[in-house]
Amino acid sequence: MRGPRKLGRGVAMVGAGMSKFGMFGDKDSKYLFAEAFHEMLSTVDKGIDPEDIDALYLGNFTNDFFVHQGHWGPIISDLLGLAPKPATRTEGACAASALAFREGVFAIASGFYDVVLVGGVEDMSKRSTEEVTQGLAMAASPYEVKAGFTFPGVFGAMATAYFARYGASREHLMNVTIKSHNNARLNPKAQFNVSIRDIMNQRIEKAKNKGEPPPAWRDEKEFLRDARANPVVAWPMHLYDCCPISDGASCVLLAAEEIAKDFTDNPLYVVGIGQGSGKGLHAKEDLTYFEATRYAAQEAYGLSGLRPEDVQIAEVHDCFSIAEIVHIEDLGFFKPGEGYKAVEEGLTRLDGSKPINTSGGLKCKGHPVGATGTGQLVEIWKQLRGEAGERQVPIRDLRVGAAQSLGGTGGTCTLTILERK
Amino acid sequence: MEGRPFNDISYERFLSEDKLVGSRCQKCGALFVPPRSICIKCYGSEMEWVEMKGKGRLAAFTCIAIGPPSMIKEGYDRKHPYVSGVVELDEGVRVVARIEGVDGTRPETIKIGAPLKVEFLHRGEGENSTSFLAFRP
Repeated sequence: MRGPRKLGRGVAMVGAGMSKFGMFGDKDSKYLFAEAFHEMLSTVDKGIDPEDIDALYLGNFTNDFFVHQGHWGPIISDLLGLAPKPATRTEGACAASALAFREGVFAIASGFYDVVLVGGVEDMSKRSTEEVTQGLAMAASPYEVKAGFTFPGVFGAMATAYFARYGASREHLMNVTIKSHNNARLNPKAQFNVSIRDIMNQRIEKAKNKGEPPPAWRDEKEFLRDARANPVVAWPMHLYDCCPISDGASCVLLAAEEIAKDFTDNPLYVVGIGQGSGKGLHAKEDLTYFEATRYAAQEAYGLSGLRPEDVQIAEVHDCFSIAEIVHIEDLGFFKPGEGYKAVEEGLTRLDGSKPINTSGGLKCKGHPVGATGTGQLVEIWKQLRGEAGERQVPIRDLRVGAAQSLGGTGGTCTLTILERK
Repeated sequence: MEGRPFNDISYERFLSEDKLVGSRCQKCGALFVPPRSICIKCYGSEMEWVEMKGKGRLAAFTCIAIGPPSMIKEGYDRKHPYVSGVVELDEGVRVVARIEGVDGTRPETIKIGAPLKVEFLHRGEGENSTSFLAFRP
């Protein structure tokens, strides 16, 4: 990279909204996006006339395969009454809307547009698990698929390499899961807004009602060690290490810095953006990290002039528990091999020194693939503006937050840094 | 061996002939498995085929209980997980492969760094036949 990147002009986020994430038999892509758009409109403090939106960038990954319709840009612009304004779909697997966001930033920074809507949507749960697995496998490297790898399998293999290098174990992954559930319990938009303790109590209650002997788990880890409660998917990834199949949509409104205050007195400025691309599992320079995330981070920190320690909270792409540990190391929050210790010490909890995935993360908030990138930014929007309700982090003078996305098995990675000034 | 293009089609064909091959840059000597047709070290385009000795060590693995339809067809399921892994070859490059001859229900018995040797799995007949790269202890 030749010196730090620059934006042609500043860009700010002036609104953010998301649908509830979950599995909805009766809600399709259009309905979900309308729900996210409606919430976004309500968050623009001084209001926005949709007429003033110059363009739409939309992230989506699997609709071609699942609903046999690939041309989603104009479908959504028509849905929102934005047509004939231009609509462009971005593809970056699970980072699709992170790329939409980046394109929207570039479009404004170039001076071409002033106000841009970016977002993402995915409608997955109406398909069988087998079809969803096949659809998502379209984002893996063909060599991995041929060797029998599934998505949980690729991350499982990375976990075994990480364990062998640094002496971590499954027990450490459980700390990530327990924390994610504790955060999601406070997030009404989350697919699983329950703690592991809540789930244990529900199971115990259910057994009692059926007249069966109730399970005698002493604590959350004992529940997670129980192969009946938490079966293996791709060892060492178990059910509770994996994000679910989800439906959902999210969007954010971007405006040129010089007009941002027309929309709100409290905008978030896009101070860092970065993107990197990665290689197949066999060609990675190391099995315990993602080069693409490190590259994206370097680009975003360079643009912002900020350092990892300046980022106060972050949403990271925890499609699997091990991924959260790897990402917080790749972003420079913790040294390689120390991420799992930081989680164990509670540093990444809501009340820790570096709260990670305050929304509950992909694991509990849900992972409607194309909606995840901008969905993470909705959480950062809420936290930095002090609007996260019960899960508001207790950091004084909270100003800088970041979101990291990962597409495929590390093929596309991004980092976005937002700042309240 | 010489006339084949340096691509995945040739790589697969070699697997069907029980050969694990890569391409080596004739200019700088960089080795690529699976083969690349251009060298990403020096950007030379003169490549040659090299056959791997077929020995290596386990670098990472996973025991997959919920597999894709193709593996379910082979009889793998939650009770009979299969193992996929990353193998570091003695030649210094890594490949992804099936790992045979290990117990996927007892992952604690599978060790990173364990020595492995190549094996070629052939499934299906005639036009529907496919060959898979595998390793076993």
